[in-house]
Amino acid sequence: MITLSHFIVLGAILFCIAVAGLFINRKNVIVLLMAIELMLLAVNINFVAFSRFGHDVAGQVFVFFILTVAAAESAIGLAILVLLFRNRSTVNVAEIDSMKG
Amino acid sequence: MALSTSILLVIALAPLVGCLLAGFLGKQIGRAGAHSVTILGLLISCGLSFYVLYQLVWGGAANYDQNLYTWFEIGKFNASVGFMVDRLTAMMMVVVTFVSLLVHVYTIGYMHDDPGYQRFFSYISLFTFSMLMLVMANNFLQLFFGWEAVGLVSYLLIGFWYKRPTAIFANLKAFLVNRVGDFGFLLGIAAVLTFLGTLDYATAFAAAPTLVGKTLAITQNVQWDAATVICVLLFIGAMGKSAQVPLHVWLPDSMEGPTPISALIHAATMVTAGIFMVARMSPLFELSQSALSFVMVIGATGALFTGLIGIVQNDIKRVIAYSTLSQLGYMTVALGVSAYAGAVFHLMTHAFFKALLFLGAGSVIIAMHHEQDMRYMGGLRKYMPITWITMWIGSLALVAIPFTSGFYSKDAIIEAVGESHRWGAAYAYFCVMAGAFVTATYTFRQMYLTFHGKERFTVVHDHGHGHHVEHMDDHGHHEQGIMHETPKESPWVVTLPLVLLAIPSLLVGFFTVKPMLFGGWFGSAIRVNGANDVLGEMGHEFHGALAMALHGFWSLPFGLVVLAFAITTYIYLFNTSVADKLKNALNPFYQMLNHKYWFDAVYYVLFARGGVKLGRLFWKAGDAAVIDGVMIDGTTAMTRRLASGMRRLQSGYLYQYAFAMIIGLILLLGGYWLFGPMLAAQ
Amino acid sequence: MFNHLLSLLIWLPIVGAVPVLLAGAARPNVARWLALLFMVLTFVVSLFLLPQYDATQGGMQLVESHLWIASLNVHYGLAVDGISVALILLTTIVGILVVIGAWEVIQNKTHQYMAAMLVLEGLMIGVFCATDALLFYVFFEAMLIPMFILIGIWGGPRRVYATLKFFIYTFLGSIFMLIALLYLYHKAGTFDLRTLAALPLTFTEQAWIFFAFLLAFAIKVPMVPVHTWLPDAHVEAPTGGSVVLAAVMLKVGTYGMLRFILPIVPDAGAHFTWVVVLLSLVAIVYIGYVALVQEDMKKLVAYSSVAHMGFVTLGIFIAFMLARELGDVDTARLGMQGAMVQMISHGFVSGAMFTCIGVMYDRLHTRLIKDYGGLINVMPWFGFFYVLFAMANCGLPGTSGFVGEFMVILASFKASPWIALFAAFTLIIGAGYTLWLVKRVLWGEIHNPHVAEMKDISGRETLVLGAFAALVLALGIWPEPLIHLMDSSVTQLVQQLAIHKI
Repeated sequence: MITLSHFIVLGAILFCIAVAGLFINRKNVIVLLMAIELMLLAVNINFVAFSRFGHDVAGQVFVFFILTVAAAESAIGLAILVLLFRNRSTVNVAEIDSMKG
Repeated sequence: MALSTSILLVIALAPLVGCLLAGFLGKQIGRAGAHSVTILGLLISCGLSFYVLYQLVWGGAANYDQNLYTWFEIGKFNASVGFMVDRLTAMMMVVVTFVSLLVHVYTIGYMHDDPGYQRFFSYISLFTFSMLMLVMANNFLQLFFGWEAVGLVSYLLIGFWYKRPTAIFANLKAFLVNRVGDFGFLLGIAAVLTFLGTLDYATAFAAAPTLVGKTLAITQNVQWDAATVICVLLFIGAMGKSAQVPLHVWLPDSMEGPTPISALIHAATMVTAGIFMVARMSPLFELSQSALSFVMVIGATGALFTGLIGIVQNDIKRVIAYSTLSQLGYMTVALGVSAYAGAVFHLMTHAFFKALLFLGAGSVIIAMHHEQDMRYMGGLRKYMPITWITMWIGSLALVAIPFTSGFYSKDAIIEAVGESHRWGAAYAYFCVMAGAFVTATYTFRQMYLTFHGKERFTVVHDHGHGHHVEHMDDHGHHEQGIMHETPKESPWVVTLPLVLLAIPSLLVGFFTVKPMLFGGWFGSAIRVNGANDVLGEMGHEFHGALAMALHGFWSLPFGLVVLAFAITTYIYLFNTSVADKLKNALNPFYQMLNHKYWFDAVYYVLFARGGVKLGRLFWKAGDAAVIDGVMIDGTTAMTRRLASGMRRLQSGYLYQYAFAMIIGLILLLGGYWLFGPMLAAQ
Repeated sequence: MFNHLLSLLIWLPIVGAVPVLLAGAARPNVARWLALLFMVLTFVVSLFLLPQYDATQGGMQLVESHLWIASLNVHYGLAVDGISVALILLTTIVGILVVIGAWEVIQNKTHQYMAAMLVLEGLMIGVFCATDALLFYVFFEAMLIPMFILIGIWGGPRRVYATLKFFIYTFLGSIFMLIALLYLYHKAGTFDLRTLAALPLTFTEQAWIFFAFLLAFAIKVPMVPVHTWLPDAHVEAPTGGSVVLAAVMLKVGTYGMLRFILPIVPDAGAHFTWVVVLLSLVAIVYIGYVALVQEDMKKLVAYSSVAHMGFVTLGIFIAFMLARELGDVDTARLGMQGAMVQMISHGFVSGAMFTCIGVMYDRLHTRLIKDYGGLINVMPWFGFFYVLFAMANCGLPGTSGFVGEFMVILASFKASPWIALFAAFTLIIGAGYTLWLVKRVLWGEIHNPHVAEMKDISGRETLVLGAFAALVLALGIWPEPLIHLMDSSVTQLVQQLAIHKI
């Protein structure tokens, strides 16, 4: 029997992986974006799990919102990234600091 | 029968029309056009004023008091524009329009070469309009309108030669000092409205007795008598306009203006507005002995001490200006002893002879090509006999030689002061008595320096410059004491007004003293309480103008005049070195007079400099440093500092944010683990 | 048409801005004439207010009300009383003069300038008509935008600083007003001013709301010590911007006091009257001294505006003292009327003063007093107008500047002779700074060779200054029509502030 705890643990593990990704990789923007997506995924799993076990459909609705935003975000983010790479030939965050005041 | 509104309107508006035509269409109608329209306006006005006077005195017309239109009406408060014409007003109207008319004529000659010819005519007509509005007012609002409007014209006329730095300094000074007076005056009007509930003369005067016993709370414990407050405040206005100590400082400087306006505005009419106003307000002033004492002491101080300054002046116009200050002091003293009729009587005679003196001085100035320093004159009588004779007539009236008009008015004032028992009357009596001597001294000195003795200028016939037209503008360009042509008598437009003014200066007193002073001529216009009525007292001893004049020969003031005559004749005709010796011997005294008791210097440092310093302090320390510096820019700077601190948190490195998240999580969980049971227990 | 007169007044200029904008930068003359056309049309429409508004009856008339935001119960509610009518007329008159005044002066992006003016005018009229607090707030805030643009684009060298200061200052104040409005909405469930006026409030509530409103409107007036945006904004603004700012926008602050503080929080208003009276007196005396030493003509006139607006706030709040403490309704009306007349008069006088400075600036491109001197030698007609407006500025009887000050001083003497004393001080200090300015600019010899080349005012400038002069004199010689127009409204206001709400 898969209980709520299993889902929550899965979510936690995914989240930890994502955080680890952020910490271990501090440079590559693509990896950073992936880590963020992973975090959102972890949250989504929690939402869905609570929704399923709590018999409240609102959680799943919320997941749709998050998915949409995440999709839009990664689309724009990747587009920016492509442009950035064309101009600067790098995806290293440390080097992309020209907007820092 | 009643006076007609339309006639009164024409009297007031005819000069205004002249002013507008000369001012706005000056170029189109030309010089001759400008003086024609303004003089025509004045002729109409003057003629009708005489007619109104005639109607009131001989035609049996009733006093006129009607509103023309409502200025504002709010609840029980009502302010209107309207006319009140009684004998006091009618007399003022005649004096104003008559002197103004003569000054208009005189100006044709005096301002002949001036580029601002039309403008000048426009101004003096505007002045006449304003002055008429002032004297004809039937309420405080319109009085204040006229009051300020004459101040405006005075400002414009003193600064008529706007290129001269001294002139534009003097006009600013005149306006500001007058404003100090107006400040009191406006508060006085506010007090009238507060206590009497109306701005209308007739209603206010009718309600005046209710003032008795009313007080004004100055602080919680101090209560001032309402009537005293009102009268003193109103009188502060008069002090500004009528140049009473200590607000007299503007009048001598106002001599920077052209001579005709010195005669019209700064001697005959405008400066006497304060006297007229107090006389008009007699029902109010009669309620406060303290206010009247105040008036008397101020007036007496001016009568003596400003006259003294006149003795040391060298500028022919300034001597007369100080004489005006002194004579205004006399009028004010008369007001202070409740001899309002005496004050107004002196106002009238003074208007004639002082205008005469000023215009005469102007005639001398024309002859001397705008030289005003008496040290470079002398012996002028043979060049300009008409001016010489008429000025002597004016001088005799000024020093109050019996039978001249000045004698009747001034002697009456001196006697009235002697009769009075008001607080300070002894001091005032001393001042006016000593003033008689002082008046005679500076007057005779001036006449001798100007018309008698040796010529202290040389005539250089220089044909290169012979046709050089002396404009007013290049005043001071020429060398002092050097004339390019011999002085000659002024043209008829100048001498005619002199002659026309000399006649009333000599005669008007003789014929009017009885009705005006003792005959209750002013009727209800001037109200005096029985106990204060010094003129009434004097009336018992009055046996006709002839007897009064004959008695005048044996009185103390005449003795003082004779003494002054003897001294000045000796000094200025026979032994001129005495003057310098005296000057050196009495140097501290001379310095004090020469510096006019340091009034101007102190005011300049205290108010002009001090005001600017204070303003700069407020601006730099208040607005710039505290409000903008600390409050506005301080807030901005603090926001900026806070923001730059916050920005450090926004590093842009994702791992730092993640780290912050984890720390936050740990703190949250740790906190729950530590304090959770505790919270749950509660 | 008369049913929607007020809407027409508001939207005519705003809609008119569209064709003006469409005229484009290439056809500035079309933009000018169109702008003038719409300004004149608006003025003509505003003239219909006079027969339509029944001055003897008072109260809010020409009412329009439509539901605007149903869920919040916000109405598009318009109505006018005598005070609004007077202010709307002031706005429409000044609008025409500003367009004529800017005719040749604004060469850069003329169409945008004219359009901004038209929009500004519509919004200002909106402020004076709104009977719904939220609608008022919208107009109140929206008004900032065109003015922000006017200063920001056509302004002087430090325009960025000035616009920012102007915007943030006024915005700060209106935030407080918004909070107060939200609180009131929470209590009453509506933004309708009439309902809010009838809303009972405890003293604590009133005090908080009073200070929120006071801050919002005091900044707009502006009162000491939140006035420092005004000199900066004026100095940087183009002439037309300055004229509108001084002539109309400042009145929005005092108008707000009448509509919000007086009816909604009368008890707090009465309790804290001394604060406003004190600040007004400080404005009159302290600002007078500050004005005295200004080196920039525009700053000087801006400071004198602050001092003159001090009379308006003094007149409004002295009415509290008189009506509440002394129970003297008539004197309270006198003071309040004085404040109203001063509002209108200051619109004309300060507008004229700023126009005069604009005339000089167009010729010499400097506003520093020391660069001038002896102007009367080359510009006699200009000198005539300048002296006239200077005299109006220092309150000479016969000009409009006198009427309001006179009435306020008369009324305040009744409240306390000390208040009158300090208020009357303006007679001296006002004459001091104004005439010293005149002395340094107009009189004397010409010492700057460029001044000698200055030409006297053109026909267009004469028209504008002549119109101002006519208004200043007309109001000074016969103020009764204006007073009659506002009298019943003022009476109602005074009666209202005597009502206790606690």
